[in-house]
Amino acid sequence: MPQSSMIVIGERINGMFRDVKRAIRKRDPEPIQQLALDQVKAGADLLDVNVGAASSRPEKAMQWLVKTIQEVTDTPLTLDNPKLEIIQAGLEVVKHPPLINSTNADPERLEIYLQLALEHNASLLCLTMDKSGVPQDVNRRVECAAVIVSTAQVMGLPMERLYIDPIILPVNCAQEQPGFILEALSQFRYLSDPPPHLVVGLSNVSQGAPERSLINRTCLVLCMAAGLDAAILDPFDTELMDAMITADVLLNRQIYSDSYLKAYRSR
Amino acid sequence: MPVQRVVQRWSGSVNVVTVGPENASLQLGGQTSLPFLYDEGELPNPPRIAMEVYDKVPEGWPAPLLEALGDVVHDPVAWAQKCVQQWQADMICLRLIRPSEEEVSLDSVAQLARAIQDAAGVPLIIWGTGEGDLDNELLPQCSQALRGSRCLLGVAKQENYKTLAATCIADGHSVIAESPIDINICKQVNILLSEMDLPLDRILIYPANGALGYGFEYAYSIMERTRLAALGGDRMMAMPLLAVVGAEVYRAKESKATEEEAPEWGALGPRIVAWETCTAVGYLQAGADVVTLCHPEAVETVRAFVKELVGKQ
Repeated sequence: MPQSSMIVIGERINGMFRDVKRAIRKRDPEPIQQLALDQVKAGADLLDVNVGAASSRPEKAMQWLVKTIQEVTDTPLTLDNPKLEIIQAGLEVVKHPPLINSTNADPERLEIYLQLALEHNASLLCLTMDKSGVPQDVNRRVECAAVIVSTAQVMGLPMERLYIDPIILPVNCAQEQPGFILEALSQFRYLSDPPPHLVVGLSNVSQGAPERSLINRTCLVLCMAAGLDAAILDPFDTELMDAMITADVLLNRQIYSDSYLKAYRSR
Repeated sequence: MPVQRVVQRWSGSVNVVTVGPENASLQLGGQTSLPFLYDEGELPNPPRIAMEVYDKVPEGWPAPLLEALGDVVHDPVAWAQKCVQQWQADMICLRLIRPSEEEVSLDSVAQLARAIQDAAGVPLIIWGTGEGDLDNELLPQCSQALRGSRCLLGVAKQENYKTLAATCIADGHSVIAESPIDINICKQVNILLSEMDLPLDRILIYPANGALGYGFEYAYSIMERTRLAALGGDRMMAMPLLAVVGAEVYRAKESKATEEEAPEWGALGPRIVAWETCTAVGYLQAGADVVTLCHPEAVETVRAFVKELVGKQ
């Protein structure tokens, strides 16, 4: 049976982008709502919401962003912040079960977030790192993922609500890492049946490089072949989306037709 | 060791297609699970049985079938009426063969279709001759004569769909989209139709299935895969499915050879009923939302089967 196609998490509503930062500061809903609608149109299944460093009161900014987006679309949101209280602020106002982004394999932190996800009927994204930092090899990533999967199973979060992120690093400063990510992804698949979702924050791989789009789409296709089924990415990058849709077809996750690109876009 | 009960939940659902005139409409599709798996999702609309009616008795039909249908086979309007009143057909499938064999005015064919709709009072399927050019003239006439009756008109193919799509859009009918037991072309035809602005909930998929013994497993697996794609969220595959049974069964040698010619196959009468029934029941398990049948006894058995399975809901 074909797996279902890639889950696209639109990355553009993030305070680190200048247009978003300005809109948050001025509390101007229009650019945010337009970005939300445009990303959905471009293929986003979820919308990442990240206040970044745009506000001195990030809880309020998160709530404003969530409400502002929900005025124009029912697309589920990804509440993206390393701080628990900002996630909780988002959860207070979010209408549809969101994806919480993120926690990690540190048991104490993991349990708090799993509890939160269970209480809110939410999904949870976990990074394969712990107190000792981001792993630099395959094995520690797999160890972290195993801790995450088994804790989620014990606490009762279904695998279809768990996303594991092996943390992709910029290729221009850690060139051996993408290979490790591919190896880690293919091992994550065997941690449970059904497996959890496997996700990356794609654009990180090309940070600071001039050929960003090319690096992103090549990396995405490689990761998909290793089992990736979700990604936080820029859905406005048409070449990236075309490569992703084509990889979906080649991996038999979508039924081929001569107009398969069009079919995907008219979903 | 306790066995974990595996219940599959799906994100997608089959489109709901509404057919028939206002006072006698039916809905097709709408499932959120594979056929008859009531623990996994909803099956709001049971599969429907359409009885095939022809504008002319097909050549080579077996005597026991003609006997079971009676004299009405020479009068399509009375035939359709009897299908509904006596054999409780949910729908009528009018299959047109005369225009490709004889000189008939297309207007008279359209009038016949209209008369059958009026007499039968159930949703109507109009099945063209299969000759593309002829159907492109014939079906628009039928479509106009049946305007507002929300019929199913067929068939649209990858190489010939524009005329039918346009006329169905104009007159409010739905389209039967044919693909030659090919899932990729199936999706492509649906995309092409939707690009003509035909709404997705006005398309049925016809996978060009055969009778039992004639590529049955092939069509079955295509239908199953179509349904899995629909439930997985592929909107271009989410149309209800139609399987042709009668017309396919009566092309097979098993429905023609008499007992004298093939004694090991047993009596022809029960054999044709069994052939239609088994073909239909198989395709219902594959996910068919409409099956078209000829023999009244097959209709009765298939209806009992559907009732039994729907009763488990």
